[in-house]
Amino acid sequence: MRRAVPLRICLIMGIVMIIQFFIPHRYSQDFYTKVLDWNIIIGIFALVLGIQSLFHSEWTKVRRRRSGWGFSVVTIVAVIVVAAIGIWGGIGEGSVFIKIYRNLTMSMQATMFALLGFYMASAAFRAFRARTKEATVLLIAAIIVMFGRVPVGDLVWHKLPDFVEWILMYPSMAVQRGILLGVALGSAATSLKILLGIERGWLGGSK
Amino acid sequence: MWNKILGLDRRWIFLLTAVCIILPFILPMGLPMQVSPPVQNLYDKIDAIPPNGPALVLDFNCDASTLPELGPMAIAILQQCFKKNIKVILMGLSMPGVGIAQAMLEEVKVKFPDKQNGIDYVLMPYVVGFGIVVLRMGEDIHKTFETDYYGTPLDSLPMMQGIHNYDQIALVVCLTGSVTPWIAFANTRYGQEIGLGVTAVMAPEAYPYLQTNQVVGMIGGLKGAAEYETLLNKNLGFEGRKTACIGMDSQSIVHIVMILFIILGNIAYFATKKRVSNT
Repeated sequence: MRRAVPLRICLIMGIVMIIQFFIPHRYSQDFYTKVLDWNIIIGIFALVLGIQSLFHSEWTKVRRRRSGWGFSVVTIVAVIVVAAIGIWGGIGEGSVFIKIYRNLTMSMQATMFALLGFYMASAAFRAFRARTKEATVLLIAAIIVMFGRVPVGDLVWHKLPDFVEWILMYPSMAVQRGILLGVALGSAATSLKILLGIERGWLGGSK
Repeated sequence: MWNKILGLDRRWIFLLTAVCIILPFILPMGLPMQVSPPVQNLYDKIDAIPPNGPALVLDFNCDASTLPELGPMAIAILQQCFKKNIKVILMGLSMPGVGIAQAMLEEVKVKFPDKQNGIDYVLMPYVVGFGIVVLRMGEDIHKTFETDYYGTPLDSLPMMQGIHNYDQIALVVCLTGSVTPWIAFANTRYGQEIGLGVTAVMAPEAYPYLQTNQVVGMIGGLKGAAEYETLLNKNLGFEGRKTACIGMDSQSIVHIVMILFIILGNIAYFATKKRVSNT
């Protein structure tokens, strides 16, 4: 019963929404907007569940003194303090909440991402080898694009940026399109499997 | 010798990279910038929006980690809109995006102190749903958000009086470092024109949409942002070199250094390989 009800709701709603897409009648449109509203409401519940899940997993780490449990304490305290500041102090311009967001969150996230540049430089030196024909093609293309995507490339040969644009617009795009088609077909197949109850991972396991 | 090069401590590579990034900020090179067609197309599209006409939606579907690339794009687009008196709806499909939108807005407002909330721009709050929000906006923007970020009902904002769905939106520009639902939902279902501002690593994935005209123009990475800043300086009389243009000096040097690293690494690899096979 616990599985049958969600599976039936999924099947019925899936079929109804497919049919609705082709009916431009006012009642059909009203139904569509109602479903969108319900989706947003369900999303809010998912957010609450996400917060609950975060607290549960982090608190378990603290309670069992797992390695790095100190970071979990920081996470829990940060969530509670920042949420409290936002709720009671407001989130408008110049508020403490915004100051925390700009001076801590934004700086920390930008720092983490910036570190990638250093690791990429190191990885390029150690791992980017022309071991095979395919790797050599990739390496040459990467060097041309890297050089052509900066103004220095333009100074060396003024047609290099156009050549890089050509690489992106044709050979690279052909590959991207192939990947996109594969992803789209895979998504359509997975959606059908979910509607028909073949794929049940979203119910939380296959038991 | 080649073995020594191959075994080079990575901290030397980190140090050299850091020096190459920092040095151009102290000694700017002022490298020239050639504008690519996707950037020019997006600029022209925004430029063609009539003053005080249909609004532009600027979506921050990103977090702060992508801000060094997407931030200059946001500032350049906002400056263009404010200079041309184009109404802007700022929003964030991702939760951190709203905070970033507010930060960018405050930065641009310093140069445009006369621009008022609710008249020239509106900042929307975060609404859960991602793609669902895009679809719901196509039906009714007022019922999707109800209030602006500061809690003022949308119905009471003068700018939002005549804006109800995508029919009154000239262009949606999505700034993102990942997938965007705007193409699949707003463009395909409602025919809404979409522009993109993406991180350099995501740019190749957007090219198929450019070719099919599902995306009207695109700013790709810091290079794209620098090109957009160049267009602003040239056409709208903004003065001085801006963030992305300054950043491009660093990126130019770092790219050259990385290419040299790759070449050096390969020479060392083949030299040592040859020696091993000879012995």
